[in-house]
Amino acid sequence: MLEAVHLTCLRGERTLFTDLSFTLSPGELLQVAGANGSGKTSLLRMLCGLSAPFSGEIRWHSARARGEDFHRDLLYIGHHSAVKEELTALENLLIASAFSATKLTPSIAIEALYNIGLGGREHLPTKVLSQGQKRRVGLARLLVSNAPLWILDEPLTALDVGAVELIQSRLAEHVQRRGMIVLTTHQPLQVPGVTPRRIELNT
Amino acid sequence: MGNIFINVVRRDLLLAFRRRADVLTTLFFFVIVVSLFPLGVGPEMKTLRIIAPGVVWVAALLASMLSLQRLFAADYQDGTLEQMLLAPQPLGLIVLGKIVAHWMVSGLPLALMAPILGLQFDLPPAALGVMFVALLLGTPILSLIGAVGAALTLGLRGGGVLLSLLVLPLYIPALIFGAGAVEAHIAGVSPEGHLSLLAALLIITGLATPWVTALALRIAME
Amino acid sequence: MALNIFKYSSPAAFYPIAGKMIPWFYGMAAILTVIGLYISFFVAPTDATQGESYRIIFIHVPAAWMSMFIYIVMATWAGLGLILNTRLSSMMAQALAPTGAMFTVVALLTGAFWGKPTWGTWWEWDARMTSELILLFLYIGYMSLNAAIDDVRRADKAGAILALVGAVNVPIIYFSVKWWNTLHQGASVSLTRSPSMAKTMLLGMLIMAIAAWMYAIAVSLSRARLLMLEREKSSAWVQAILEQKS
Repeated sequence: MLEAVHLTCLRGERTLFTDLSFTLSPGELLQVAGANGSGKTSLLRMLCGLSAPFSGEIRWHSARARGEDFHRDLLYIGHHSAVKEELTALENLLIASAFSATKLTPSIAIEALYNIGLGGREHLPTKVLSQGQKRRVGLARLLVSNAPLWILDEPLTALDVGAVELIQSRLAEHVQRRGMIVLTTHQPLQVPGVTPRRIELNT
Repeated sequence: MGNIFINVVRRDLLLAFRRRADVLTTLFFFVIVVSLFPLGVGPEMKTLRIIAPGVVWVAALLASMLSLQRLFAADYQDGTLEQMLLAPQPLGLIVLGKIVAHWMVSGLPLALMAPILGLQFDLPPAALGVMFVALLLGTPILSLIGAVGAALTLGLRGGGVLLSLLVLPLYIPALIFGAGAVEAHIAGVSPEGHLSLLAALLIITGLATPWVTALALRIAME
Repeated sequence: MALNIFKYSSPAAFYPIAGKMIPWFYGMAAILTVIGLYISFFVAPTDATQGESYRIIFIHVPAAWMSMFIYIVMATWAGLGLILNTRLSSMMAQALAPTGAMFTVVALLTGAFWGKPTWGTWWEWDARMTSELILLFLYIGYMSLNAAIDDVRRADKAGAILALVGAVNVPIIYFSVKWWNTLHQGASVSLTRSPSMAKTMLLGMLIMAIAAWMYAIAVSLSRARLLMLEREKSSAWVQAILEQKS
C-alpha cells in the first residue's frame, strides 16, 4: 500500500501543492490531474523518491519509501523513454530489466517487443525508429514487469490508437492482478474494467 | 550483486564501441598536446628529457578531464540515468561499473600510448616502463575523482570548464606521485616510493569515490 | 559561534541576532588589529638576518592560518547543512567562502612581498605557498559551483559535497606537495622562523590572527544576512523588514 502523508512541494519560490495526502491500495489506479506546471511530474518524482518533498512523507507498506527494497517494487516511466539510441530495441529492453528486479530472457523480451508492435524491428538500432516506436521500446517494460507499483508520467503520449489500446489493456491487467498504478495523462483515459480515482492539483 | 557491475561495464563498453569517434578524439587530443610542448619549448633533447614526465602527465590529466563529460551526460539526457537511480541495486556499484568502463575506454589507451610518445622525448626504455605503470595506476584515479566532479556539474551550463576548475586541483597528488615516479627513475632512484603512494591513492579513491559520486548524482537529479 | 545556533536555526530568528552581533565583532577586530600592529611594528625585535622587512609575516601568517581555518569551518557548516538539512548552515558556509578566499589571496600576496627582498624572487614553489595556491583554487571551485547552480537546495548540497571532498583532500594535497618539494630540493624557505621565535613575535601573530577571525565573523554574518533576505524574500518576515526600511 502506498501512502502519501501531508506532502508539500516547493519549486523555486512557488508552492506547487501543500498538505497533500492519499493512500493507494492494491487493485487501484490513481490519476493525477492538473494544468501544465501544476506539479504533476514533481509529485510523481517525489513518489519515486527521486526528489524529496519540502515536508511530508511517503510510505510503502508502512515504512519510508526508499532504498533498494522500495525500488524492487517500483516501475517508473517518466517523460524520457529511457532508451539508448545506439542500442537495439532488444538490447534496450534487456538492459532495462537488468536494472530492475525482473529477470528477462531474450525470448521473452522478443515476444514482448512483438506484442507491442515492434516485431521485425527488435534488432534495429533505436536511432532509426520513429518517435512513436522509440516510445514503445520504453513502454515494452510494462509488458514484462512484475513490480507491484507502477508510476507513469504521461505513458500514452506519442502513441497511435492501436498502441494506446494495448497499453490501456495492459494497465487493466495489472490492476486486476492487484497491482497499483499512479499516472498522469492529458488524454482521456479508458482502462477497461477499472474506474480510476482522481486527484486534482490546483495551481 | 557483482552481476550488475558486469552488466554495467558491458553496457558502457558496448555504447562506447558504437560511438568510436568519441573515444578516439580523446586519444588524439592527448597526442596533440604532448606534441605541442617541444614546439613551445624548443627541440633540445636535453630539455625535453627533463620535462617529458611532467608533460605526458599533464596531457593525460587534460585528456582525461575532457572525456569526463561523457560519463553521465548522455544517460542524463535520455533518462537512463534516472532509471539507474531507481534500480534495486546499489547505485555506488553501478557508478563504479561506469567508471571502470570509462577508464578502459579513456584512461587505459593513454597509458598504452604514453610510452610511444615518450620516445619523442628520448626517454630510455626502462623509464618508459615506469611511465606506463605509473599511468596504469594513475589514470583510474583520474577517472574516479573526475566522476565526482562530473556528477556535481551534471546538466549545468558551462559544465566542462567548471568541471575542470573543480577537478584539476584534486588531481595534483596523482600528478606529483605519477610524474615523480618517472623522474625518480631517471635520476637513478627507485620509483617504488612514488608508485606505492600512487597505489595507496588508487585504493582510497576506489573505495570512497563511487559512493560520493552516487550521492552527488542523487543531489543533481532532485 | 556554534554555541546557541540550534536554538536559532531558522533564518527568521537568527537574522536580528546576527544583526546585533556584527558591530561587536567589527569592534573587537578593530581593537585587536591596533594592538597586533603595535606589537608587530614597535614591540617585536628586529630580525638579525632580515631586518625590518620580515614584519610582513605578521599579516602573512595570520592570513594563511585564517585561510585554512575558514575552509575547515566552511566545510563543517556545509556538511551540517547536508546532513541535518538546515538552510542556515548552508548559508553560513556560502557566506564564509569569499572571506576565506580573500585571506588566501592576502597570504599569497604578502608571501610574494616578503619573498622579493628576502630571496630575490616574487614567487617560490615551496610546499606552503604552493598549497596555499591550491587552497585558493579549492575556494574558487566552491564559489563557482554555487554560482552555477540555480536551484538553491541543489547548490547547498552539491557545494557541501565539494567542500567536504576538498577538506579531505587538503592533507593529501599538502603531503604530496611537501613530498614534491623536498624531492626536487627546492628552496626550503620557512616563512615562520624556526626554531627560536621570539615570544613577542608569536604573540603579535596570534593577536592578528584573532583580529582576523573577528573580522571574518563580522563580514560573514553580514553576508549571511544578505543571503537570508535573498533566499526568503517571499516570506512574511522578510517582507516586514523591507517594508520597515522603505
